[in-house]
Amino acid sequence: MTLTRIIRFIAILCLLQSVSLWAQEAQPLQTNATVEVQVERLSTQLRCLVCQNQTIADSHAELAQDLKQEIREMATKGMTDQAIIDYLVSRYGDFVRYKPPFNPATSLLWLGPFGLLLAGGIGLFVMLRRRQKMTTDAPLSADEARKVSELLK
Amino acid sequence: MIPEIGHFSLILALLVSLVLGSFPIIGAARGNTVWMGLAKPLASVQFILIAFAFLCLVYAFAYMDYSVLYVANNSNSKLPLQFRIAAVWGGHEGSLLLWALILSIWTLAVSLFSKHIPDDMRARILGVMGLVSVGFLLFMLMVSNPFERLIPAALDGRDLNPLLQDPGMIFHPPMLYMGYVGFSVAFAFSIAALLGGQLDAAWARWSRPWTILAWIFLTVGIMAGSNWAYYELGWGGWWFWDAVENASFMPWLVGTALIHSLAVTEKRGSFKAWTVLLAICAFSLSLLGTFLVRSGVLTSVHAFATDPRRGIFILAFLVVVIGGSLLLFAWRASTVGRGGKFDVVSRESFLLANNVLLAVAALSVLLGTLYPLFLDALNLGKISVGPPYFDAVFAPLMAPAIFLMGIGPIARWKEAALPELAMRLRWAFGISIATAVILPLMLGNFTPMIGFGLFLAFWVFATSAELVYQRLGKSDLPLMGRIKANSRSWWGMVIAHLGIAVFVLGVTIVKGFESEIAVKMLPGDVAHLAGYDFTFDGVMDTHGPNYEVSRGQIHVTKNGVLRTILEPEKRLYTVTNMPMTEAGISPHIIHDLYASLGEPLEGGAWSVRIYHKPMVEWIWFGCLMMAFGGFLALADKRYRLKKRAPSKEAKSSKEATI
Repeated sequence: MTLTRIIRFIAILCLLQSVSLWAQEAQPLQTNATVEVQVERLSTQLRCLVCQNQTIADSHAELAQDLKQEIREMATKGMTDQAIIDYLVSRYGDFVRYKPPFNPATSLLWLGPFGLLLAGGIGLFVMLRRRQKMTTDAPLSADEARKVSELLK
Repeated sequence: MIPEIGHFSLILALLVSLVLGSFPIIGAARGNTVWMGLAKPLASVQFILIAFAFLCLVYAFAYMDYSVLYVANNSNSKLPLQFRIAAVWGGHEGSLLLWALILSIWTLAVSLFSKHIPDDMRARILGVMGLVSVGFLLFMLMVSNPFERLIPAALDGRDLNPLLQDPGMIFHPPMLYMGYVGFSVAFAFSIAALLGGQLDAAWARWSRPWTILAWIFLTVGIMAGSNWAYYELGWGGWWFWDAVENASFMPWLVGTALIHSLAVTEKRGSFKAWTVLLAICAFSLSLLGTFLVRSGVLTSVHAFATDPRRGIFILAFLVVVIGGSLLLFAWRASTVGRGGKFDVVSRESFLLANNVLLAVAALSVLLGTLYPLFLDALNLGKISVGPPYFDAVFAPLMAPAIFLMGIGPIARWKEAALPELAMRLRWAFGISIATAVILPLMLGNFTPMIGFGLFLAFWVFATSAELVYQRLGKSDLPLMGRIKANSRSWWGMVIAHLGIAVFVLGVTIVKGFESEIAVKMLPGDVAHLAGYDFTFDGVMDTHGPNYEVSRGQIHVTKNGVLRTILEPEKRLYTVTNMPMTEAGISPHIIHDLYASLGEPLEGGAWSVRIYHKPMVEWIWFGCLMMAFGGFLALADKRYRLKKRAPSKEAKSSKEATI
């Protein structure tokens, strides 16, 4: 800690008492807390369309702020998550949502990982069965073992 | 003049790497010792030439030579020196040069620390690395020359992206590249083994420390990047599943599988073909990642089309390297042999299952990263694949992997008995289940996800405790002796696994228990979060070297006692006119207090976001533990280079013959 910071720290310590006399509660930016929870939840799943790759929750871009305000208005009207997302998708396309929909074009995306897991599992099973049936157990032949120990000397 | 010298040096380096990539490999095939012997000196020459070119570019940046196009695009006269130097790798061309430099460093390191490797093997390894170097140097010289002139010269540069003007920029990319490029060593070992048909336990022992070292760099690099994003992006996230992050994460997943597979190949002679395949994949993903991030294809597929030469070169290079090595693999894999027999229930099969899970996870990340590009390229519409997708796909794959991680080290090699395993693990299982239920209830928030995350974390803690107890408990030696009786690589494994548990614990707690508020604050206003009082002292306007800054001050008290001061900043970089946030963070082992300054509001008020992030630091500490575990494994006695003794013998035998 630099000297100036220490001094500032002490100064604040001294000020603390007096500060608390005129301290007042900070007002929340948005008054409706339940709506705000919904807005937060939705804005972490939606893309800021003009940014590199940011959700509208993270972005400071004007468009993101506008979209957020729009969502807030819809949420205040009591629209559900799904209704709000549907509306935004109809306006901006699937690009706006970070969770792609399941349709023919994205089926490979959604099913791919589980297909891969299945293939990996079957491959593993077949391979283990084959290993188990192996009769000879020769990790290293005597000649190989000699070579290895020679090389590692 | 200096940039031309740098350019010329790169051309010379290309010639050297062409010789390095051909003669030693041909020499190894023909048994020509002179040709094989070329590899070592050429590796040094290549390093000197590329390092010299790199220094020329550093010079151009440091002395603000805006007649060089790349410098003019990525720097500015007001940029402080340390960032002017870091700006060398701030764009496409310079990061390729950094890549080539680091590749030449690894090549040099292999040539220096490979005295115990047979000559033909070493010649092949260095030759393969030379071929990779040829690709990169050609790419730079043909379509991405960092030394290209700008005539007439710019009066001043267009500045480095403000997002990158951070100490993180100085360490994170070189670390990450050390990891990426480090996998080229494992790759070269594998290709050399396929070419020579020699793939045995000795081979695994040689390539293991190199792979672990690369993995350590990659782990630390990813960790540094995540931490950087945490304080720079201003809302306390630490992983975004951004394509750029995925590009570094995929090689990490495959690299992790690789170091485990190598362990089996060394100890048991099994998994040989699989190990080779993983090494090829790890490096291929590193290459893909480099190009994905640096070619601009991620921003838009159409960026590829603006300079088709670059895109075509990249595609061709990837096809040659990945396709070529996979073809070689398909052709030669059958020669490497299958290794020892093992049972369905054995440490081998647990490790193999984990390998499959890691590989599937890496492929899934690849699928999610590339899918939007494919759809766009095929004109099937634009979609975004983000955190909701990756969380949904990744967690179900990693959960069983972490569960198996608890069992694997306890199971016997070759043949383990399930009843015995169950007996030994019943306590660990009971403890982790109990913790997973009781702890969240005590903390006041139980959800299935929190319970499951805690279960996995404590499962690894408990099984590791069981493992250590079993190894240390039954012995008459004093404690230190018992600790030393186990190899360093074994301790490395234990600590790295504990690092995973620490990481999972951090992720679970911060996701489950973080809280935040967004408030409007006038000087003197107080906000309350997690039992703390945050008093806003106001905002001071000042300026940095190349930005204007509004620095807020918030002092944090608990029960009237001052705990810390947060200083969130809002900066405006004047050259690019880009606003940046710099969060005010008080890091602590228990929790971080985190504040970021929003917009100024009417009447002198500011919008402020305050976050309480319990145990978020554990995420990065867990990564450091993994890296430390890797270091311990590297320090293992059996990797100590025993070069002194043999070389002395060789000398004396030589002298004797003379």
